[in-house]
Amino acid sequence: MTFKQMFTSSVGKKLVMGFTGIFLILFLIVHAGLNATIWANDGGLMFNKAAHFMGSNAVPRILEIGLFLGIFLHIYQGYLLTIENRSKRAVGYAVNYSNGSKWYSRSMAILGTLILLFLIAHIYHFWTPSRLGGIGSVKALGEVEHNGVILHNLYAEMDLVFTNPYIVVLYVLACGSLGYHLAHGFQSAFKTIGVHNKKYHAMLSSLGYGFSIFIPLLFALMPISFYFDWIK
Amino acid sequence: MSHTTMNLNLKVWRQKNTKTAGAFEMYRVENISDEMSFLEMMDILNEQLITTGGEPVAFDHDCREGICGMCSMYINGKPHGPWQANTTCQLHMRAFKDNDTIVIEPWRANAFPVIKDLTVDRSAFDRIIQAGGYVSVNTGNAVDGNSLPIEKAKADEAFAAAMCIGCGACVAACKNSSAMLFLSAKVSHLALLPQGDPERKTRVTNMVAQLDKEGFGACTNTGACEAACPKEISIANIARLNKEYIVAGLTSE
Amino acid sequence: MKEKYGNLFDMYAKITGENPYEVPMRIYPAVHYTMGGLWVDYELQTTVPGLYALGEANFSDHGANRLGASALMQGLADGYFVIPYTLGNNLADEIYNAPIPTSHPAFEAAEKAVAERIATLKNINGKQTVESFHKRLGKIIWNECGMSRTAAGLKQAIADVQALKKEFWSDVRIPGEINEYNPELDKANRVADFIELGELMCVDALAREESCGGHFREEYQTPEGEALRDDKNFMYVAAWELKNDHEWTLHKEELKYEVIQPSQRNYK
Repeated sequence: MTFKQMFTSSVGKKLVMGFTGIFLILFLIVHAGLNATIWANDGGLMFNKAAHFMGSNAVPRILEIGLFLGIFLHIYQGYLLTIENRSKRAVGYAVNYSNGSKWYSRSMAILGTLILLFLIAHIYHFWTPSRLGGIGSVKALGEVEHNGVILHNLYAEMDLVFTNPYIVVLYVLACGSLGYHLAHGFQSAFKTIGVHNKKYHAMLSSLGYGFSIFIPLLFALMPISFYFDWIK
Repeated sequence: MSHTTMNLNLKVWRQKNTKTAGAFEMYRVENISDEMSFLEMMDILNEQLITTGGEPVAFDHDCREGICGMCSMYINGKPHGPWQANTTCQLHMRAFKDNDTIVIEPWRANAFPVIKDLTVDRSAFDRIIQAGGYVSVNTGNAVDGNSLPIEKAKADEAFAAAMCIGCGACVAACKNSSAMLFLSAKVSHLALLPQGDPERKTRVTNMVAQLDKEGFGACTNTGACEAACPKEISIANIARLNKEYIVAGLTSE
Repeated sequence: MKEKYGNLFDMYAKITGENPYEVPMRIYPAVHYTMGGLWVDYELQTTVPGLYALGEANFSDHGANRLGASALMQGLADGYFVIPYTLGNNLADEIYNAPIPTSHPAFEAAEKAVAERIATLKNINGKQTVESFHKRLGKIIWNECGMSRTAAGLKQAIADVQALKKEFWSDVRIPGEINEYNPELDKANRVADFIELGELMCVDALAREESCGGHFREEYQTPEGEALRDDKNFMYVAAWELKNDHEWTLHKEELKYEVIQPSQRNYK
């Protein structure tokens, strides 16, 4: 079996989805962890420092390239698989089968699309202003000085973006989609990469459900916290 | 036990052959005993059709005791009908009520073209088996039956995978028309036994390649197959198949 | 119980709607009409060179009695332990023979015979369904050539099957076409064979005036109701030759037991 064969067969395409999925899960942990610094209640200083590190240090910048590649592969392969899989049944059923599978595991493409739409808005709100200097920003990104280092004031940007209730609702809904996407994706990814041991499978399943509730909830609380001025 | 009869409306898919388009037809059968099997009810429908000058409904069946894997009806939106861990032939009419309308469709998948009415061509499964679902035995002296010790738990696990009767309900249930549960049962059955060990890498490689050639979809781990499987083959087998595939991919020359 | 018989209990529950773990099971004996199979040598080759019979199709592990799952056991044993080591002996010589073309006279004759039989069946265009004939045949055989048999019953059954055969070949209705997927035509061919085999079973059961194995003649039983053997007159395998319709000729193939002698069955 060549590597090309390995990653382009029906099992191989799933491997790509699984591996990129697990990579994105790891990213979510880093992202949620860094963003949680907004609750330090120090006027965003720690958060801005963290954001500055992510934007200026070479290691995260290189990893960032990997991240974009991973996201792109995950999306591209996901759509390709969905289209291919749908084409395998030319004549459909009069009565559809829905036993045994959860609605969200049958709706990964739709949930993924919702997350993608959110992602576009999200990048427009925060990533381009911070990385590309104000392009697409809601307003010109402010700056703060700390110990002689000029930091982008992403904290203020968040505070501003999340005064708009529609955006807050959009973010919370996106977190819901992410939750359901993860509820299937987390355990599915591990099955795909071959975890069949009952012990580990049970462990990863519970971990997956916990993760799919905890991480999206954490993300959803961020716009909510800003909107209701829970943080100073 | 109390015994009742019922009258039923049947909405059955009729299709002359692979090339022509099919459509649903409505039929009514009367005085059906609740102790009849579903296929006995279909036999009565066919008797009725033949004696009134019609064409009987073609459907696959053989042993009628749930072990051969021939029967293949998609009844009221579920492969093999409403009962769990059950084949169509084991479904009995007590599962239905008087005046029910039962919708009967063939397995639907491009890889399973309709031959006629409810009969589909499942030879794709045979070709997948031919691609690697065997162990090679050389000619020479016969080995002693007990020369290969196998742990009981392993043997049981292999047996659970070998329970697959190849009916194709997993494909019929899957939104992707994926045959991965079938394939994984066959790969796992042999991968768990010492006899299957020498050919494990080529087996999984060739069988997956053949599966793709046949036009089945990819697996997305929804679990619908497991729920529809009359032999309750576990989707843990699919994860095992994936492992076998990764190992084969990484370590083959 | 569940470990050993779980699948049987599940099957039973589905058929009867009763839980066998709670309600006593309703069991009755059933007949296994034919025993044994094709004669094969130790290499599983039949009397036709190059034709091998594996599994339940051969007689080797399947005597006058039949136990559950013997088909499975025999299929596995023959397929895994025997044939891989014996078929080569035939193939080794076969390599010198050119493939036999389908223009061979024997092939053509066989093909013609099958085509004619199918056309005959299809052109009967009668009124009765194949299934109805199958059911009637089943009832005749079940009643008279089933668990226990009598001379009078078997004679009646032979007459009934012969009448049924006549009716079948003049009034069966096979819908559909010959050159399309046609399960009814398939079934008609098989029921035609069953009718013939049914008659033969009755003829054979009538001729065998003793009780042994799966064959129990009410006239031949011990005072305790056990099978009464007659090894003096019936120590042979009956091979029947069908020359013309209903003309059965018996060829006796003598049985010789050197080490173990057949004896009266005794469950006590």
